[in-house]
Amino acid sequence: MHLSGNSIIVLNVNGEDKTVMVKPAYTLLHVLREELSLTGAKSGCENGDCGACTVLVDDMPVKSCLMLAVEAVGHRITTVEGLKNAPIQDAFIKNWGFQCGYCTSGFLMVCHALAMHKPDADDPIIEEWLQSNLCRCTGYEEIENAVKSILSGNYK
Amino acid sequence: METQLGKDTIRKEAKDKVTGAAQYTNDLTDSPMLYARLFTSVHAHAQIISVDTREASAMPGVRAVITAKDHQVICGSMLQDRPPLARDKVRYYGEPIAIVIADDEMQAKAAAGKILVEYKPLPVVNSVKEAFKKNPVIIHDSLMLYTKSTKEVYPVKGTNICHHQKIRKGDMQKGWLESEIVVEGSFSLPQSDHAAMETRAVHCMIMPDDSVRIKTSSQSPYEVKESISKYLNIPEGKIVVQVPFVGGAFGGKACIQPEVLAVIAAMSVKGKWINLANTREEDMVTSPCHLGLEGTIRIGAKKSGQIMAAEMTFQIDTGAYSDISPKITKAIAAECAGPYRIPNIECDCYSVYTNHPYITSFRGFGHEAHTFCLERMMDKLAVETGVDPFQLRLLNLVKAGDLTPTQVKVTASNTGNAVECLERLKAIMNWEEGARIIEENGLVRAKGISCLIKTSDTPTDAGASAVLTFNTDGSVNLDCGATEIGPGMKTTAAQILAEKMRINVNDVYVKLDVNTQSTPYLWKTVASMTTYLVGRAILNAADDAISQLMNLASIALRCPTEELDFENKMIFVKHDPELYIMFKDLVKGYKFSNGNSFKGPVIGRGSYVMGNLTPLAEASGRGTPGRSWTVGAQAVEIEYDTRLHTYRLLKAATVIDAGKVINPKTARGVVMGGMCMGLGLGTSEDFVYNEDGIVEDTSFRTYKMIRYGENPEYVVDFVETPQIDAPYGARGIAEHGIIGIPAALANAISLAAHIDVNRLPITPEFIWRERLKR
Repeated sequence: MHLSGNSIIVLNVNGEDKTVMVKPAYTLLHVLREELSLTGAKSGCENGDCGACTVLVDDMPVKSCLMLAVEAVGHRITTVEGLKNAPIQDAFIKNWGFQCGYCTSGFLMVCHALAMHKPDADDPIIEEWLQSNLCRCTGYEEIENAVKSILSGNYK
Repeated sequence: METQLGKDTIRKEAKDKVTGAAQYTNDLTDSPMLYARLFTSVHAHAQIISVDTREASAMPGVRAVITAKDHQVICGSMLQDRPPLARDKVRYYGEPIAIVIADDEMQAKAAAGKILVEYKPLPVVNSVKEAFKKNPVIIHDSLMLYTKSTKEVYPVKGTNICHHQKIRKGDMQKGWLESEIVVEGSFSLPQSDHAAMETRAVHCMIMPDDSVRIKTSSQSPYEVKESISKYLNIPEGKIVVQVPFVGGAFGGKACIQPEVLAVIAAMSVKGKWINLANTREEDMVTSPCHLGLEGTIRIGAKKSGQIMAAEMTFQIDTGAYSDISPKITKAIAAECAGPYRIPNIECDCYSVYTNHPYITSFRGFGHEAHTFCLERMMDKLAVETGVDPFQLRLLNLVKAGDLTPTQVKVTASNTGNAVECLERLKAIMNWEEGARIIEENGLVRAKGISCLIKTSDTPTDAGASAVLTFNTDGSVNLDCGATEIGPGMKTTAAQILAEKMRINVNDVYVKLDVNTQSTPYLWKTVASMTTYLVGRAILNAADDAISQLMNLASIALRCPTEELDFENKMIFVKHDPELYIMFKDLVKGYKFSNGNSFKGPVIGRGSYVMGNLTPLAEASGRGTPGRSWTVGAQAVEIEYDTRLHTYRLLKAATVIDAGKVINPKTARGVVMGGMCMGLGLGTSEDFVYNEDGIVEDTSFRTYKMIRYGENPEYVVDFVETPQIDAPYGARGIAEHGIIGIPAALANAISLAAHIDVNRLPITPEFIWRERLKR
């Protein structure tokens, strides 16, 4: 349906179907934050460089600032709000994996997906996945400890 | 009661931050909201002939377009030199010229694109050298007419120098006469950026009674209030500033910049919230950045390596406006000797205007820059004298009784134990095996070291306060003015309070956000001083609350207060602990068995001001810039490829005299974060200008920071020499991880590649070029 250039779409977010009215140019990040009030995904650069906006689309990490909301129709979107006591959340707390917390949602989503798809990931694979995101507070050691604590058999 | 200090207390907001529940400024939903967008300069230096906003104003959804014509505000925390929207001319690329306010972001952006500005380009001052030369292009014609907000700023007439700080200590002639070896070096560091993951963002609304509501991503909520009041002539009480979680700051959110724009914008659409959030590109160049620096140092020493004299000149690339640059310049001058005993010093530090983005405070407050110069000189002196770099530093480290460059006497309490830091670092780095090792695969493993020192360089009246209230289960609520910018200060504060009240830290509830109308004052959350300032206020507040509780207990237990003691939310009779009363039965006053009540709810009040500080004298620099100094030693180990001139970061180590480590994991975390940022400055971070002074790397695609896996192994160790006047002896440590790392890296690479690294960042291309010069 079209209303003055806007479209009504249904997005499956965190297991629920959400009906939203969007402009074609709206990014997935914009719709999650502004239309659905899911502000866990952050805007850091709107250019795909920092990863603070990372969400899962069909369980794969996607920078939601680089995806149009209309492209997400028919796919399963998971945001940090949809992580329900996932082991990575506790791992980040126990390993001091954040300070200011602004990049955390994005890192959590990447790490969570990594643990799902590559539970035995070695260092080069972890690096390949996590280099997509930037953290300005930590020295990355804490994030490394957190992600490794849930990999290779520790993912329970 | 078990101590609450030295424990890895999980930060109070931990759950919020792993669930997306933690709200930052732009996560707040203030509706209905209008969106503001900036129109910024495409020139670094140009006259503004005209600004045509007619087409923009007519665009759909546009509520207002504001330019310098619409207000008379001039900003500047030390020297009022900056119109928030450019007036008559632009002085840097990215400078705001107009604000568009529209119903949504896209409309605002589209309308901003329709503003037409006619410029007449002016010659660009594209470096400190150009700014400093004879008969330079003058960036601020009215320099001497600007209002000073502090006495401690000394602009120089007819130049681009907005501040000159001098240090004159000892007798230079004597120093040079006693010197047998003289080494000299010149250094150049580029401007760079804080790059906090959250860009600066402000929400603002003007209420029907003209009061101002501001929600902002800031380290300085109280200064936002005070500055807006001063700039716009609004009574302070009418301005309420709220700060939720801040997504990283690193000094960049201590300045008052987007807030002024937001208030001016909101005034044109009274009664509506407006949202002004920087794009990443604006955050890098429009809002202030990290200093650049040119330095020249001449050191005279005995053949033994003992330093006798130093002559130093530092020119700080301040960019287009002064902001806090004069204070950074002062800080560099005040600590120009590093942690070393230099009896005779002549140091001249200049804040120099250029047509670059303007600078503000940044983690390290200039120390990361001058330490680079000084510590490179230490290695040069080591080469010249043949003394081992560790030994040379040990020989010259300050000890109790020495005088700092500003002639403050060094004590164990105010400066800690740098020697111990260096000795431990030596063992950590396995210095005995050598500093340059050729490995079997042909790669070169090399190590570089650096010492560090930093004081707070706070205003002489930097103060803090704290308020404690109680819940009816006897637990405590803590409110203080620190904004939670990342290093976990609210949790540290809770641990200090718990220790003092002899309760478990879980019985302390901390208010995580700040509201200037109700939260007790703190100067700013900066200078690694929150633990000290807020900590002292909390100790006083706890004393106040305890005394009230003891007085009530004294009545309840019919026993004089001196016979009472307290622990674990309970007050008991010392000689008969079975006679006790719980906090919970006292916190609302005491109720007698017949129902009569006595005294009201207990409120603990505490405040503190950093006493005994003085401004630095204009001619000599003599004065007391801080209560204490934090010292430490750092090292970087790299693996260098002699063929490709690439290198890998193997290890970064820091030993700091922390006085007392309150939360070990948190302390280690902030030090590692500082090291990581220092490695960014060392390896890859810089603003690149074209010949017209335009910054060319304004995104994270081109401005390169350390990413996961590029980081080295970190080693962090703490010496604990208590600072007697600090809460439980704890010194400031939040900035210090960055300070010596660029220098240590440069020393390692100089040794590995046999070159003289005199600038940052150290790219393979730079190494290759330097090698060609040999």
